[in-house]
Amino acid sequence: MSEHAEHAEHAEAHDHPTNSYFIWTALVLALFTALETSTYWIDFGSFATPLLLILMTIKFFVILLVFMHLKYDSKLFGAMFYIGLGLALGVYTAALCTFQFFVK
Amino acid sequence: MADTTIHAPGHGTTTGLSNNKLAMWMFLGSECLLFGGLISTYMLYRGRHEGGPGPAQVFDIPLTSVSSFVLLMSSLTMVLAVNAAKAKDDRNTKLWLTVTALLGSLFVGGQVYEFTAFYKEGLGFTTSLFSSSFFTLTGFHGVHVSIGVMMLLALVAIISRGRITGDKAEAVEMIGLYWHFVDVVWVVIFTLVYLIPA
Repeated sequence: MSEHAEHAEHAEAHDHPTNSYFIWTALVLALFTALETSTYWIDFGSFATPLLLILMTIKFFVILLVFMHLKYDSKLFGAMFYIGLGLALGVYTAALCTFQFFVK
Repeated sequence: MADTTIHAPGHGTTTGLSNNKLAMWMFLGSECLLFGGLISTYMLYRGRHEGGPGPAQVFDIPLTSVSSFVLLMSSLTMVLAVNAAKAKDDRNTKLWLTVTALLGSLFVGGQVYEFTAFYKEGLGFTTSLFSSSFFTLTGFHGVHVSIGVMMLLALVAIISRGRITGDKAEAVEMIGLYWHFVDVVWVVIFTLVYLIPA
């Protein structure tokens, strides 16, 4: 059996998270969403944008790693996704720089 | 004699992984490029609303926050459906898939209401560069959610009729991956489009 296949079987053998684990994760995500929304009513000043970007990134990866099981699955699945994500971030950051988006 | 043993997904592939699942992850990776392009275009044009209302005049943050919460909860019900499918519990699988489809429909309904309200306030598709890029981005996302709802309902019907030929849990998981991706994209849209001021 190839080393790759052994890794895959090892990943499959991991215990699947329980429903209560997913419910707690969803509650944390809901709390983060409430915090994000609060920036509309509460003035966080210059901290608002960095706070929103940090919360967005945390929510993005929690859904990806927990709900989409990337944390428990084979690394090859993650690689397929991260290649696309990395390519998109690189290409469109370059495009936005070309249009001087970050210096306006 | 024909081999009638039911193998786990991925058994017999060179990687030991399910090729269907690998293809789904590749597809989702390519979707990042699609939504990346649409989000970047919106970011470039969000300030270009001469002759029409801008984001600050039309956005209804409380409504969009409720929609975001609904979509987030649909991710929870989807993952509960996947867990039920893995436990071979057909009744709960169908229940959670149906609840997910209902929450998705509620989100799409909220988007239709939002678009109608914007149109009545004078923001049409061709009003400004802001409106065109906004409707294209959120419209594409709405279409993805609608396709997801159709796939969920089709899956419920297929499970009810017992017509899944392969691994049932993997079929539910594949639709689940697509659904969670749609939620992940909305997490980004909600922050960059609605919450961070232009």
